[in-house]
Amino acid sequence: MKHIMSFGILASTVLAFASPVLAQTVFVSTQLRPIEEATVVREELLKDVGSVDYVVEEPPQFAVRMEAERQAGKHTVSLVGALHGELSPLADKDTLEPLDDLAKKLAASGMPQSLLDLGKLGKSTQQYIPWMQATYVMAAKKEALQYLPAGADVNALNYDQLIEWGKNMQDATGQPQIGFPAGPKGLMARYFQGYFYPSFTGGVVRTFQSADAAAGWEKLKALWAYVTPNSTSYDFMQEPLAAGEVMVAWDHIARLKNAISAAPDDYVVFPAPAGPKGRGYMPVVAGLAIPKGAPDKAGAEKVIEHLSMPETQLLTASKVGFFPTLNIKLPPDLDAGVALLAGAVTATQASKDAVISLLPVGLGDKGGEFNKVYMDSFQRIVLQNEPVADVLKAQGATMAKLMADTKAACWAPDAKSDGPCPVE
Amino acid sequence: MTNSRPWIPYLLILPSVAFLALLFVVPLVQTIWLAVSDNGAPSLANAERMVTDINFTRSVKNTFLLTIAVVPVQIALALAMGTMVAKVGRGRETILWIWTIPLGISDLAAGLVWLSILQNTGYLNSLLFGLGIIGRQASWLSYQTPVALFLAIAVAEIWRGTAIVMVIIVAGLNQVPKEFKEAAEIFGAGPWTRFWRITLPLIRPALQSALILRTVLAFEVFAVVYALGGRNFPVLVGEAYNWQNQNQNYSVAAAYAVLIMIISLAATLIYLKALKVDPERLP
Repeated sequence: MKHIMSFGILASTVLAFASPVLAQTVFVSTQLRPIEEATVVREELLKDVGSVDYVVEEPPQFAVRMEAERQAGKHTVSLVGALHGELSPLADKDTLEPLDDLAKKLAASGMPQSLLDLGKLGKSTQQYIPWMQATYVMAAKKEALQYLPAGADVNALNYDQLIEWGKNMQDATGQPQIGFPAGPKGLMARYFQGYFYPSFTGGVVRTFQSADAAAGWEKLKALWAYVTPNSTSYDFMQEPLAAGEVMVAWDHIARLKNAISAAPDDYVVFPAPAGPKGRGYMPVVAGLAIPKGAPDKAGAEKVIEHLSMPETQLLTASKVGFFPTLNIKLPPDLDAGVALLAGAVTATQASKDAVISLLPVGLGDKGGEFNKVYMDSFQRIVLQNEPVADVLKAQGATMAKLMADTKAACWAPDAKSDGPCPVE
Repeated sequence: MTNSRPWIPYLLILPSVAFLALLFVVPLVQTIWLAVSDNGAPSLANAERMVTDINFTRSVKNTFLLTIAVVPVQIALALAMGTMVAKVGRGRETILWIWTIPLGISDLAAGLVWLSILQNTGYLNSLLFGLGIIGRQASWLSYQTPVALFLAIAVAEIWRGTAIVMVIIVAGLNQVPKEFKEAAEIFGAGPWTRFWRITLPLIRPALQSALILRTVLAFEVFAVVYALGGRNFPVLVGEAYNWQNQNQNYSVAAAYAVLIMIISLAATLIYLKALKVDPERLP
């Protein structure tokens, strides 16, 4: 009897460990992490593609996990979903399966070639398949519109108008009403790389310490007088907007979505302001890739094809607010909040002075330190009030070293370079 | 029996030594090597990078200030609490139980509890506003209010960390024989004299353990600061975390880790020297 019992326990333990590993395609993603979004992925987006184990991972842990699996040579992950910049270090180490056949198929079904080319990450073969895209916009409570300076069009603001708007709101309410996500997990660095620098200097790296940049920083200091000091603790702007701590905010559309979808009638969503060199904006692309040595490559390809179908892409847009990578029209019955966000994205892309700024390319695992250059400059110039020229010179040197170390060539909007992107 | 097989004790501790070597010494050596090497060759580049970083000086200053502010208050509070419960007869267990509640809460949860009290839309602002003391929400935790931020973090740390000190000190107080106090009373010693001359010297081992534990933990403060201060109040462990997670430079993060270890070891040595405990009183 005793023997039978212990055998039973042993057998059930073995089964408990063995069975799920055998049958499932493990899909690790740094995107759609919050529990509500992950649930949508598991219960709706991946409903019809067999047994997929959707696992979410924070970006740093994701990098560690992929590296650990590569070093150990023991692969459990069959499919990864991550941002362009997070996949780039994996491609640099040559750890992703080429996906050219899939790319050909998707190009035929209407995925723009420019977007597909982004997925090559500068290599000759397709490294990832563009999965969904997003960008950053500004959102404001409708009651803030009454303080807009005379003659200002909210869809075509410039920095002077934003500053005046901030001043008007502060005068009227007694508190600064503009917010930025400059907290520890906020995406403020992207503001500098995709919006501030392109708008004021027309570049991101080359123009880092130019006179245009110095003038821009002075403008930002003027704006910061009307930005709530709590900004350095904000990670996602949807909470402070919904809580009424700020009236106007800039952030990633997915980090504004909850507030706006909950009360679409209370908000306007519009492009970020323009500077002397135009209206900088940064498209964000998330991609799907298959690591070399994936235990279930066929299953992973099936998931990629499924997620790239027009129906799934539209469902993704309406449920989580990331937009399709296929060239398809959004349906009229879209979630009202997502429709507002989509409107602002279109307005940004369609604005005549738009300056497109790509996510940093070729920095490998130095992306974090690249962000730090901008965040340190921000901390020293705006928060600690250090002289602009000195800070830009010091941080410019750090940036130049970073570019030399990684040998990253310039990317848009900087002019192309031979060799590492220079800091002029 | 024991004398005939002197190796038995060593054999018994062997598994734990092997365990420690595997899970503690190996990563420790790896971390140290990571900190003092660059591309596989010995180098001080990481240490230099750490020291020249804009947040380094601030994080060292903040960590030490916090330790200096928090640890003495915690020891004093714990001594006071321990002496108070010693006088209580019935209900002593209940009081101790309530006082040790913060022990059961994780650092981050403690930080979040205080965040809900102190943030703009938090309980404190609501209370002050309700009483008509302030006209609008005040910010206590921003980079523009460093003193309030420091006090908030110190209070949260004291709230969270005093219980463990108290537990150690109560254990120490329980070991002080009643006869000593009674004898002192007979000779006419007042409460202060009894405390300074009898209780304090007799609980020295407990005090030493509590001080070492709390100081080392204070140098490693992170979650509470992260929840309340974010980027506004850099501390050493926070910087190690940022370099590891945000900047993805494991070498500089390792340099911070080694620095924290050196500081903790130095503090422990100082306590061991300063509060010498007689060898016969060691467990």
